[in-house]
Amino acid sequence: MSDPDTFHTIVTTVENKPGVLARVSGLFARRGFNIESLAVAPTDDERFSRITFTVDVESAPLEQVVKQLNKLINVVEIQELPPEDCVSRELMLVTVAADAHHRRELMELIDDWRAYVLAENTERIMLSFSARTARLDEFEECLRPFGIVELQRTGRVALPALD
Amino acid sequence: MNNKQQMCGGEALVKALESAGVEVMFGLPGGAILPVYDPIIDSSIRHILVRHEQGAGHMAEGYAHATGRPGVVMVTSGPAATNVVTPLCDAFLDSIPMVCITGQVPYAAIGTDAFQECDTTGITMAVTKHNFLVTEAQDIPRTIRAAFHIATTGRPGPVLVDIPKDIVDPVNPRSAMTWYEATDADMDLPGYSPITQGDPELIRAAAEMISEAQRPVLYVGGGILKSRAAEALLELAEMVQIPVVTTLMARGAFPDSHDLCLGMPGMHGNFTAVTAMQRSDLLISLGARFDDRVTGKLDGFAPDAKIIHVDIDPAELGKVRQVDIGIQGDCRLVIEDLTVAMREIGGTEAQADRSAWRSTISGWQEKFPLVYEQSELGERLKPQYVLEELRDNNPPDTIVTSGVGQHQMYASQYWRFDHPYTWINSGGLGTMGFSIPAAIGAKVGKPDRRVWAVDGDGCFQMTAQELVTASVENIPIKVALMNNSYLGMVRQWQEMFYDERFSEVYLSEQTPDYVKWSEAMGCVGIRVESPEEVAPAIAKANEINDRPVVVEFRTDPRENVFPMVPAGKSNSELVVDPSQQGLER
Ligand SMILES: Cc1ncc(C[n+]2csc(CCOP(=O)(O)OP(=O)(O)O)c2C)c(N)n1
Ligand SMILES: [Mg+2]
Repeated sequence: MSDPDTFHTIVTTVENKPGVLARVSGLFARRGFNIESLAVAPTDDERFSRITFTVDVESAPLEQVVKQLNKLINVVEIQELPPEDCVSRELMLVTVAADAHHRRELMELIDDWRAYVLAENTERIMLSFSARTARLDEFEECLRPFGIVELQRTGRVALPALD
Repeated sequence: MNNKQQMCGGEALVKALESAGVEVMFGLPGGAILPVYDPIIDSSIRHILVRHEQGAGHMAEGYAHATGRPGVVMVTSGPAATNVVTPLCDAFLDSIPMVCITGQVPYAAIGTDAFQECDTTGITMAVTKHNFLVTEAQDIPRTIRAAFHIATTGRPGPVLVDIPKDIVDPVNPRSAMTWYEATDADMDLPGYSPITQGDPELIRAAAEMISEAQRPVLYVGGGILKSRAAEALLELAEMVQIPVVTTLMARGAFPDSHDLCLGMPGMHGNFTAVTAMQRSDLLISLGARFDDRVTGKLDGFAPDAKIIHVDIDPAELGKVRQVDIGIQGDCRLVIEDLTVAMREIGGTEAQADRSAWRSTISGWQEKFPLVYEQSELGERLKPQYVLEELRDNNPPDTIVTSGVGQHQMYASQYWRFDHPYTWINSGGLGTMGFSIPAAIGAKVGKPDRRVWAVDGDGCFQMTAQELVTASVENIPIKVALMNNSYLGMVRQWQEMFYDERFSEVYLSEQTPDYVKWSEAMGCVGIRVESPEEVAPAIAKANEINDRPVVVEFRTDPRENVFPMVPAGKSNSELVVDPSQQGLER
């Protein structure tokens, strides 16, 4: 996966109204902006939702992305977080093959990475792992030899760093 | 009157439009919007019944251009809503304030593929500044207020309000509401607050950069007209004595007959306007957006120029061309502040010596005027000649609208625009068929002004049916139909860039019979074939004020628009009229 340092996180606060996600994603499609990941969730204020997305600043003109987003009437606030100024996390759920033969080795890996076991049976283990996006990529590589059965990631969310 | 009145959503909608100051709207009824058409009978609003919803949209645009007030459209759901997509997109690209009300199937039926259902807000999301789907009758007054507010403030644009039938239909309990006069506080637009005042520090820096420039050009666009800044611009330009180019959207924003006016730049701009920009060391862009039709090939555009860019829309600053100073703000306010700032640093006296620049420019003007070859006896009329005669036989405050094609370029080149809001055309989208409905809208908004629609034969056939609207509604516009039997502009490209292989551009000289067609639509029809008939026909048309007039000018199909920057080429490669091609530049 790409170098995380060229990825900027943009955190938008939008009005919690029908169709707002379509407006945002339609804008990206229309203007030819590529999005790396996108996460949508309610905020502590029910009038607003938060859409967090990452763009590769080498592929998208970040200033235009932000300015065009700002023109959407339902977008209330935009925070632009360069990698050095934010704390970001992404969550991964993954089911890995774990027969008796490889189970021990896998459990050790899980411990080392401080992932959580969510469920297991004799053939498989389901894990959750949350970290920076780049760490998720690395962990995924470590799991791959065991056999990834199913995997889902949330896309990253971020907050400004504390100074 | 009781202000806490109980009423139905349909009545509330009409009342809200009245409250917004709407005097005229353009539309056509149908199933989903029927309940709103009933209260219109009792309303003070004049409704113009169109023959095609696209016409309603362009009429609203023409009205908005001419008056500065938002144009209002009302149509039904489904096919009517899709018919207004073109004018919405046109208004979006040319930043025209417009509010469009569309009927929708009842709220509960949305998403079921009901009869005449279409996802209007989904379809129009990309071609409106904003749109609303109203779900409760009680929300109607505040939504209408918000729609007008968004359409007319900041960078103006079209706003669509989609109204499900059940919330306006008196037989449906969901339409019951309590009337209130919506205020700004009711609008609830936490994400919308356009900035109009420019940053004083940037304005001061701009003033200094302007004073020092050796070869500056004021590059002004449609934003001057939107912000009603023509007077402020004149004051600034005269103080600093800097030449002005007016883009296709800004013709008339600065008087063509003024010494400082260089006319239109761009693909079919005149040599001096194009070349002055190319050789400039400072472009002061006011409400323009560096459209590709102005810049030509971007790499080669004004290579030595620094850029000061003023626009109400911050997304325009640096979008196409990197700026040295970008000022977000309303053009009029920024120009006024800039004029003050320039005066503070010495005004006219503090300007760099630009006598060399001035003489270079007047040299170009002398050497490369707009020219065409007059037709010989017996030859077909030259369209340029027709435009000159139209110009010379009409008062300078005549409103001119145009379609899209060669005739549009001739109109922009050969008319002398000395007043703002006298030129109305489709710049950004280039919508054929714009001129007749736009002229109708302009005439409705400015009934005391003479309105000429300059149209092409191709364009005419796209929206001519609105002349029926004009006849029946008593809107006496005049149409100068430039019949060259071709989709002329496309023919020109095929001649110049496709080895004269003419593919699907010939229409017909005789068919339709435009005079008969015009008469059938309730207009006076006049055909003109030779130069000596031109002025008398215009005079005759100008005497008729009780119905629309169509003057068909049979013009030379071989005539091409020059100068021209071939698509994809740099503006330095401007192709001038064949008679000027040997001249040293
Ligand atoms: C709706 C639409 N369809 C197609 C075009 C492409 N187009 C641009 S100019 C032109 C020819 C216009 O013909 P006419 O109205 O006769 O004007 P002329 O160029 O001959 O003056 C065409 C087809 C367009 N601009 N708009
Ligand atoms: Mg033609």
